[in-house]
Amino acid sequence: MADVTVRKVRPRHLSIMQIRLPLPGFVSILHRVSGAGLFLCLPVLIALFGASLGSPAEYASLQNALAFSVLGLPLLKLLLLGLLWAYLHHFCAGIRFLLLDMHVGIELPQARASAVAVLGVSLGLTVILGVLSW
Amino acid sequence: MVKRLTVGAHYGFRDWLGQRLTATVMALYTVFFLVKVLLLPAYDNAAWRTLFAGGFMKFATFLFFMALFYHAWVGVRDIWMDYVKPVGVRLFLHSVTFFVLVGYAGWVAQILWRL
Repeated sequence: MADVTVRKVRPRHLSIMQIRLPLPGFVSILHRVSGAGLFLCLPVLIALFGASLGSPAEYASLQNALAFSVLGLPLLKLLLLGLLWAYLHHFCAGIRFLLLDMHVGIELPQARASAVAVLGVSLGLTVILGVLSW
Repeated sequence: MVKRLTVGAHYGFRDWLGQRLTATVMALYTVFFLVKVLLLPAYDNAAWRTLFAGGFMKFATFLFFMALFYHAWVGVRDIWMDYVKPVGVRLFLHSVTFFVLVGYAGWVAQILWRL
């Protein structure tokens, strides 16, 4: 017998541009992205928290930073709005994962529905809390 | 039957559980914080300072941040482990992540207890 191995050329679906994620996968990667973004912005968030509770001069500098805008865009406020979404998405997706750990909603239809709910609720809460705190 | 451990240090389970316990602490604090903010008598700096001046609020907020930093340590370390393969670079990133988070813990303590 000839010692030949016939290797089929298998597609390697590792190209990010070709992968079509299902909705739960989308929620999952956004959980990681939002967590990474929040981690990277921690020094900004702690500094703002400190200034909000600091001396009058520090509080004034916080007000100035919030009012700072380029071409009419309040950059810090927009960053905070983005981080608010990141926090809320991480919060909602995290609750979904905790429930999945407890075997709640692990059937595919429920899991898809909860993934949609996570995306919708976190966006909705971002709008509500964003408007209230703007 | 010889009882023996077939896997290493079991830190995987500890981290998995720690991640969920810290998440629960933060989720509870988030709701508690939102209720506290909604019940503020006024929306100015004085009311905000008074909110965090309370002993329980200081304790709860500090606990939230400790849970956050532990949670971030496990989560960010997982990201490095998934995407960064060279051992030296990974060790460097793990160290930076760890020391930065320890520094943040001191920073938050200073913010809360100078009030």
